[in-house]
Amino acid sequence: MHDLLTNDLLMFANELWIARLALLKGLGVTVSISLLSILAGSVAGVGLGLGLVYGNRLLRLLLRGYTDIVRGTPVLVLVLASYYIFSTVGLDLGPFQAGVLALAVFCSSHVGEILRGALQALPAGQTEAAKAIGLTFGQTFASVLWPQALRQILPTWVNTAAEMVKASTLLSVIGVAELLLRTQEIISRNFMSLEFYFFAGFLYFLINFGIERLGKFVERKTAVPS
Amino acid sequence: MGYTLNFAAVWRSFDLLLGGLLLSLQLAAVALVIGAAIGLVLAFALVGGSAVLRRPAQLYVTVIRNLPILVLILFTYFALPQLGVRLDKIASFVLTLAVYSGAYLAEVFRAGLLSVPRGLKEAGLAIGLTPMQIRTSIVIPLMVRNVLPSLSSTLISLFKDTSLAAAIAVPELTFEARKINVETFRVIEVWMVTSALYVATCAVLAALMRAVERRLALPK
Amino acid sequence: MTKPLLEIQGLRKQYGAVEVLKGVDCTMRQGEVIAIIGSSGSGKTTMLRCINMLEEFQGGRILIDGDAIGYDEIAGARRRKGEKEIARQRALTGMAFQQFNLFPHMSAAQNVMLGLVKVKKMGRDEARALAEGWLDRVGLAARADHYPGQLSGGQQQRVAIARAIAMNPRLMLFDEVTSALDPELVGEVLQVIKALAAEGMSMLLVTHEMRFAYEVASRVIFMNKGVIGEEGDPKEMFVRPQTERLVEFLKSSSFQ
Repeated sequence: MHDLLTNDLLMFANELWIARLALLKGLGVTVSISLLSILAGSVAGVGLGLGLVYGNRLLRLLLRGYTDIVRGTPVLVLVLASYYIFSTVGLDLGPFQAGVLALAVFCSSHVGEILRGALQALPAGQTEAAKAIGLTFGQTFASVLWPQALRQILPTWVNTAAEMVKASTLLSVIGVAELLLRTQEIISRNFMSLEFYFFAGFLYFLINFGIERLGKFVERKTAVPS
Repeated sequence: MGYTLNFAAVWRSFDLLLGGLLLSLQLAAVALVIGAAIGLVLAFALVGGSAVLRRPAQLYVTVIRNLPILVLILFTYFALPQLGVRLDKIASFVLTLAVYSGAYLAEVFRAGLLSVPRGLKEAGLAIGLTPMQIRTSIVIPLMVRNVLPSLSSTLISLFKDTSLAAAIAVPELTFEARKINVETFRVIEVWMVTSALYVATCAVLAALMRAVERRLALPK
Repeated sequence: MTKPLLEIQGLRKQYGAVEVLKGVDCTMRQGEVIAIIGSSGSGKTTMLRCINMLEEFQGGRILIDGDAIGYDEIAGARRRKGEKEIARQRALTGMAFQQFNLFPHMSAAQNVMLGLVKVKKMGRDEARALAEGWLDRVGLAARADHYPGQLSGGQQQRVAIARAIAMNPRLMLFDEVTSALDPELVGEVLQVIKALAAEGMSMLLVTHEMRFAYEVASRVIFMNKGVIGEEGDPKEMFVRPQTERLVEFLKSSSFQ
């Protein structure tokens, strides 16, 4: 029994060594997907949040519709739709670009909602006070509203990053060779599904646990002294 | 672009989509029941005094919350048979979704349990109720009322997560949509209708939860 | 001399390193009404809570009708009784709290019925009839189907008292039951307690209402720094306090 276990571990170590480059590449793709989608999604999300709060009626209505549709649709459906639709309409996006776009859209709706919530939670008196001392809206926003909202949304935003890492696995379904697809390919060669899924899970856990810790750290740092 | 919308092909397959949606709802319902049971047990362990129970519960929640659900789904379906645990696609998926949502529901319930005032438990003790009777008659009914708003969003996430069953070929809504997409090439129409079905179902679920909330609201 | 209803012998209780009860001895007979007074932090509420095991205690014994509460002593070793047995013993005493603690998701009648149905295993109809009877006694027959959120503080406290009394306890414990009430609502609650006292209910009351203690209590216990500082007939004690501490306390309290 003991020997068998040692033997299994040695075999796994051997297979892991053989697969190291594939896994590393997959990890690299996972990180790129996550970084690109959270960056693009956050930029779009900030615009979305601002539009939801300060836009005129029509804009608010449109953005609200966009947000509700994106948030009511499973991310996998966004990924599949993006993948199939772009190739159909002749926009030649590869699976990587189509997938990142879908995740960015998903991310933007999250960030937009978080920012809207934070901005609307600020007391109206602050804007009035700023107006009273003669600040323009742009000045008020830049020096009064935005810093406070940012403080509020930063911890949640860090957690959104963990969500994006988790969602990046969905791109395996459309053939993007990220960590999960690489793992599946390796398993189809050596049939060590238990070991390699476990290993992939371990890597995802490490990344997300790290991000979670970072989120808690940011939360402590941004807490307003009281 | 030269693409004109034509929903005829999708309407012909609409039954398939509705059948898929029904299966999605069933998957979500069963996973919710099992997941709520897991979450409730975990939540009591998380707020209880004993570290022997609290530590494993914390570990469960931390590990599951930091894993992508797709990895869990594939692990349960493809890797567990290697340990002799062989489940069919649907059972495997429902179990995974239940285990996964259990971790999120545990956090929701934990917050709810903490919001039940201690004095009410003491009042229960004082009339001679046992700790288990206090849980079932006082703590859980009040906790449920407290968590309804966040339970609503967890429920909707859980429903959306059923789309991942498509990855192991469970014929729920997303799987059917992809099939129709490949068969008819009415790509945009299929995904528009599918997305609309998901969005509408989420809206209905949210409305139902609000109705439950109103129904259970304490008279003032 | 009949067997005492309640006997407290050398009761000790500590929170971590802080000792809040440092050896309390006290005996109470059936039908007595004892008011426990003292400044905050003197240990009076803690003592009351030990009697129905809402607080664990580390030393001494509490006996109700000769029955040791909460702990068994086997060959000198002290062991906490099982939850079922402790629950049974808690039902021997009724308790009313400062914050009423009515179950907010149950009507007044359901609050009173809960213990009757779950602990006394009474049928629902019988329990309902009994609950209505007790709500009538505290003047709330018309409010039986109201929820706590629909009742005033004074009404809630009266329901809470009915809930405790309906269990037919050997002894009622009142923990500052009027402290959280608006002044105009205090009277209606004290009226209910007075009526119970007149019927011979045995009661221990932790209270800040010195005039009430003076009028209703057959005996007063003055708690000071975790021990009984002085005890006796209120008519005697309030007029001629024996210790410096009690003199100071009475001066600082509302009783003139």
